[in-house]
Amino acid sequence: MSLFDVFFPRKPASAAVAKERLQIVLAHERAGRDGPDFLPRLQKELLAVVAKYVAVKEDMIHVSLGKAGNASVLEINVEMPVTAKSGPMRAATA
Amino acid sequence: MGKVIVVTSGKGGVGKTTTSAAFAAGLALRGHKTVVIDFDVGLRNLDLVMGCERRVVFDFINVINGDANLNQALIRDKRIDNLYIFPTSQTRDKDALKREGVERVMTELKKDFEYIVCDSPAGIEHGALTALYHADAAIIVTNPEVSSVRDSDRIIGLLASKSRRAEKREKPVEEHLLLTRYSPERVQRGEMLSVEDVREILSVPLLGIIPESETVLKASNTGMPVILDAQSPAGRAYDDAVARFAGEQREMRFALPERRGFLRGWFGRAAS
Repeated sequence: MSLFDVFFPRKPASAAVAKERLQIVLAHERAGRDGPDFLPRLQKELLAVVAKYVAVKEDMIHVSLGKAGNASVLEINVEMPVTAKSGPMRAATA
Repeated sequence: MGKVIVVTSGKGGVGKTTTSAAFAAGLALRGHKTVVIDFDVGLRNLDLVMGCERRVVFDFINVINGDANLNQALIRDKRIDNLYIFPTSQTRDKDALKREGVERVMTELKKDFEYIVCDSPAGIEHGALTALYHADAAIIVTNPEVSSVRDSDRIIGLLASKSRRAEKREKPVEEHLLLTRYSPERVQRGEMLSVEDVREILSVPLLGIIPESETVLKASNTGMPVILDAQSPAGRAYDDAVARFAGEQREMRFALPERRGFLRGWFGRAAS
């Protein structure tokens, strides 16, 4: 860095800023888009089954599909209400 | 069996209709029997860009509804052999592009034409999805600008999930990136995404670079596909892109600023 740059710092070229912003936003959007579209329905049906036995609310069940190594992992988290005897229950299937 | 090419982008105003007109004309000039279809129902414009607006009698929707047959609706281009224009309707009924009707028309066109170029409307609604549904190949028209690149990425996702080929689990739609309104001078100054940047972000093979050029407006003013203007840098770039699409190897021109000698710069300026 020259003395000139210390007194007059150059702004990064706007194209470089554009590229970085695009890479971040697209990484986020692609992750949401590439997920299978059965997840919301699966979540709803699971909730219906669990709700038959335990008083759970809609926001207490979380379904997500992730990757571990070269296998897809379907993770289902059910938060049990505090009144239930058992603690939080967790099921995972590969 | 004809090949269906969709010209698509997501974002509006990036050059889909200009590209559809130029591409269809280019394919026909190379001897292929080609039809270019306007899928932008309600906002017909391909007829103007192709210079046949006063010859439209029947349209796409008339044919879908059985009010006219294909031969009555297809307009033969007066300048180029083998080129036909299929105009759309000005109806405001968004759902006029009925699935079975479009399917029937496409099947019929595939029997008769080598190439069917589909000019998609902007957006990701019914019209755009119908235009890309039948595609065998897609030309993704993108400007080196953030919103256009993002929308192109969205369209690439839809090609992979909502096209007929995706639905039937056939070979995926062949994708081609066409970078339009490119200004090598601005790229060099760091003011514009470069062709490498866009290619890296979208990871789609590059079909061509169309430089920003005043001749594009001049061509649409007069209703002439810009590819017919041999003096125009954009016209020559489209010619290269069509040649590459046909499998020819052509050097990627217009990626770098034009180097002008002192005299050429001087006289070039005086002449224009």
